[in-house]
Amino acid sequence: MTAGNTKIASDQYDRRTMDWYIDKFMQLLMFVCGISAIIFIISIFVFITIEGLDFVIHDLDIGEFFTSQYWSPSDEDDPEYGILALIAGTASVTGLAMVVAIPFALGTAIYIGEFSTGKKRESLKVLVELLAAIPSVVWGFIGLSIMNPLIIKVFDVPVGLNVLNAGIILGLMAAPIMTSIAEDALKAVPDSYREAAEAMGATRWQVIFKVVLPAAKNGLLGAVLLGVGRGFGETMAVLMATGHSVNIPHSIFDSVRALTATIAAELGETAVGSPHYGVLFTIGIFLFLITFLINLTADLVVRGVRKG
Amino acid sequence: MNQASHNVAQKSTDKYAIHTTNLNLWYGTFQALFNVNLNIKDGIITSLIGPSGCGKSTFLRSVNRINERLGYVRIDGSIDVRGQNIYAKNVEILQVRKQIGMVFQRPNPLPISVRENILFGHKIHRSGKVSSRSEQDDIVESALRTVLLWDKVKDQLDRKATELSLEEQQKLCIARLLPVKPSILLMDEPCSALDPKGTEAVEELIWELRGDYTILIVTHNMAQARRASEECIFMLMGKVIEHTATEDMFVTPKNSETADYIEGRYG
Repeated sequence: MTAGNTKIASDQYDRRTMDWYIDKFMQLLMFVCGISAIIFIISIFVFITIEGLDFVIHDLDIGEFFTSQYWSPSDEDDPEYGILALIAGTASVTGLAMVVAIPFALGTAIYIGEFSTGKKRESLKVLVELLAAIPSVVWGFIGLSIMNPLIIKVFDVPVGLNVLNAGIILGLMAAPIMTSIAEDALKAVPDSYREAAEAMGATRWQVIFKVVLPAAKNGLLGAVLLGVGRGFGETMAVLMATGHSVNIPHSIFDSVRALTATIAAELGETAVGSPHYGVLFTIGIFLFLITFLINLTADLVVRGVRKG
Repeated sequence: MNQASHNVAQKSTDKYAIHTTNLNLWYGTFQALFNVNLNIKDGIITSLIGPSGCGKSTFLRSVNRINERLGYVRIDGSIDVRGQNIYAKNVEILQVRKQIGMVFQRPNPLPISVRENILFGHKIHRSGKVSSRSEQDDIVESALRTVLLWDKVKDQLDRKATELSLEEQQKLCIARLLPVKPSILLMDEPCSALDPKGTEAVEELIWELRGDYTILIVTHNMAQARRASEECIFMLMGKVIEHTATEDMFVTPKNSETADYIEGRYG
């Protein structure tokens, strides 16, 4: 070959083509898009912290904030800022929601992951994802107009907007996302485990109960935690279905009020910079931290299963 | 031709551990086995050799019906195990799999403790009776002693089985079959994932088990078939070509295709 002997023009190696510029530009663009998510999260946190911090430092009695069950921030003479009842409201609704959602989500995930095949499996997965996309106000509407009269009729109680109502609604809302994550966890269990157990004469149920579920337990726990996070953060449906009355519940038929719903309902009618405005932002900080922690834990737990 | 002579020599099928009659198998529309007629003797090691895709693993996997978990497998003909057709309508598949243990190519211990791995089969087949802790201890010890693993793992029975070395894992996979007292052990290239030392150790173990169990072993490794089996079956394109005593096959193969394969002309 003569090519090896041909002298290379001196500018041949440092020539920058259009493709080179496009490549650099796209890399930069992707980088900006990539870190924008992080920037947004940090900005949101900074924003709610700034809005709430002044109040936390100057006016708030942290002890009273977490331990008092009296919430009357708009009282002009003696405003009270206790969120204990609100925490109890959110926790009771989320707790009941998990009681409803865990069996549903686990059962659906096991059916999709272990029993159904082919087209049936694919269409079920699509349906579950569709269910996750229902707007929360629609769920709230179901709580108000269907569950409310139903609970009054079935249980013979005066009010149907209560922990039970919101718990069921929230459970049904959280179940689809939990199902998706749980199904991923089941799918991550190597098929050789199932084959090994089946080759020893285990029944399908024994394989699932003794092999697949234990092997997927981290992923399943992650699914539950994500459901809990969803429960804490959900606002509209909870606002509509709980009855929205400040109350530490003594039974599932008591009306309660959730942290999120309080912010949604009251923020619009407070003066910017007022103590009431500040305390709502403080609740926002608290909610942000809780959901952040729950999601982080869920993420770490799910990752744990991939590594081990 | 060769099976024909076998059949003439021995009419009674009960004496054989595994006796197949005109076994055909399809994966969907693809036919993987053609009229397999085999008589596999009780209490010895029989190896199955042949090039990739010749149907030897398929045949092995149809003997404990693990093939059927694929869902698109169709079988025609019969496999009699100790005189009982395991494909008969009244046969319960779980009992077949209990009687006929299977060891896979890649060691596949369950992600639970060594102890629980050994007890897994025992627990799923005890049908309600709960065994005491000391009975379980005996089961674990005797299974692990049989596979020459007891001294190595006796102090780490609660360790996760998937953390053991591959050789130990494969021995454990053999050990966990024993508590339910199978009569036949099927092994699908049990040493192919192991290093030479592990291969030697597992081969030695298989040789030790001979007599107590009828062992059917699929192997790619000609030398392994030669040193570790008493009878040998050569398969090609889903058909049985030759089935004789191992030494005869390797010294004086009757069939030219067998000879070509053994000498490494293809495969």
